[in-house]
Amino acid sequence: MNLLGTWIAAGLTIAILSFLYRDNPLYKFAEHLFVGVSAGYWVIYIWAFDVKPMLIDEFVRQAGFEKWLLIVPAVFGVMMLMRWIPRTAWISRWPISFTVGIAAGLALTAQVQGYIIPQIQATLLPLVSVGNTTAETIGRSFNNILIFVGVVCALLFFYFSREHKGALKVGSKIGVIFLMIGFGASFGYTVMARLSLLIGRLTFLLQVFGFR
Amino acid sequence: MKVLDWLANIDRRLIFLAIGLAVAIPIIMKLRMPIRISSEVRSAYETIENLPEGSVVLASIDYDATSAPELTPMFRSFLRQCFRKKLKIIYTGHLAIGLPLAQFDLDMVTAECGAVYGEDYINLGYRPGYTAVMIGIGREIRDFFAVDYKGVPVDSFPMMKDIHNYGDMALIVDFAHGTAGEYWIQYVVSRFGVRMFSCVTGVMAPTLYPYLQAGQITGIIGGLQGAAEYEMLVGNPESAAFGMPAQSIAHLLIIAFIVFGNIGYFISRRKK
Repeated sequence: MNLLGTWIAAGLTIAILSFLYRDNPLYKFAEHLFVGVSAGYWVIYIWAFDVKPMLIDEFVRQAGFEKWLLIVPAVFGVMMLMRWIPRTAWISRWPISFTVGIAAGLALTAQVQGYIIPQIQATLLPLVSVGNTTAETIGRSFNNILIFVGVVCALLFFYFSREHKGALKVGSKIGVIFLMIGFGASFGYTVMARLSLLIGRLTFLLQVFGFR
Repeated sequence: MKVLDWLANIDRRLIFLAIGLAVAIPIIMKLRMPIRISSEVRSAYETIENLPEGSVVLASIDYDATSAPELTPMFRSFLRQCFRKKLKIIYTGHLAIGLPLAQFDLDMVTAECGAVYGEDYINLGYRPGYTAVMIGIGREIRDFFAVDYKGVPVDSFPMMKDIHNYGDMALIVDFAHGTAGEYWIQYVVSRFGVRMFSCVTGVMAPTLYPYLQAGQITGIIGGLQGAAEYEMLVGNPESAAFGMPAQSIAHLLIIAFIVFGNIGYFISRRKK
């Protein structure tokens, strides 16, 4: 059974990779199979790990107010399904607005507390930072100056209330350089990530066909 | 000049073939290369090394098959290091489809290390709610995980006896291919003060460096390179370390394509 699964996986991998040559029925078959299996898997998983244990089993287990409180999410869930019927689709806006409200409330504090304030704090660095050796002092100070200049100039690039002329133009041009270096680093990492996937698949295929 | 014109207009399928060969040949030839350990990976490794025996670590699985080649080696190495240090692991996550996938590795490494379910580790499975679950665990883990992934009450397991919230956990380690890594930092680390390091795909790694710089996380293990470094530190080089020669050769080939492509482009532009 395990051997059969391995050969199916190898066959489907080759079917997907065949798209690199050109679109073909083998690729289409593998793609549709993946979409269908994923959708089926999600339905089963959400029933087994969400709806049954957290709603049905809890309703049976709980007593008193907490038991009847579960009717609220159950009704919201049914209201969400109203989207399927065009005439009643508007009803789904209520549970959607409820989830959007919760997500916005949670995100607001998280963004301020977990992102904006710590990141501003990390940017407020001494431009001259004394280390144990001269080299360490130079290295640390250079890093701090680089962070300071990079943050200020990148922010200047996104300042659109005045025309970019004179000092503002110079600052925003330097900002663009920092941004481009950032994009380049991200792209480099992305190339590495995609190659890693290819390495993973080719290692698997080469093992299946006995080359490794 | 004809060569440069040809390079500038090369059939993309030849590039695919060249990349495929650049990856396949080093794997078939079983090439090896030295791996230099970066400070962010060493810092992540030492975060676990410095934990006292019996500490509880929460491992969040937020990846699936699309990023398994990068994150699976990290997860295996993490498990080996934790069990060697006699730490206790809570296994959960926010990607329903990822948890059963990573469970193959959990089962493999726990069998290899002789870890006992309910004493050394526990699988709490998946719960919907994402950030609401992350924050809710800060109050009481049983509010969301009253039972484990098989429906057995968590109070019946010895390791869960004194674990109620993040105050009882020494570390969070997130294995993510999306924004879950950032959410853990923003919603949990900043709010509850628990320590954390991130194991992420190469695509996500650059977004996490500002958090490392700000001291919000203790380390980053990013991409196949990070996984290979971590494998070397844990002393069990596997798929990541063995995949690095292919990665390096393919990178050199891509750089060569970019350089020749640009030379061809500029020459053809000058001609026009």
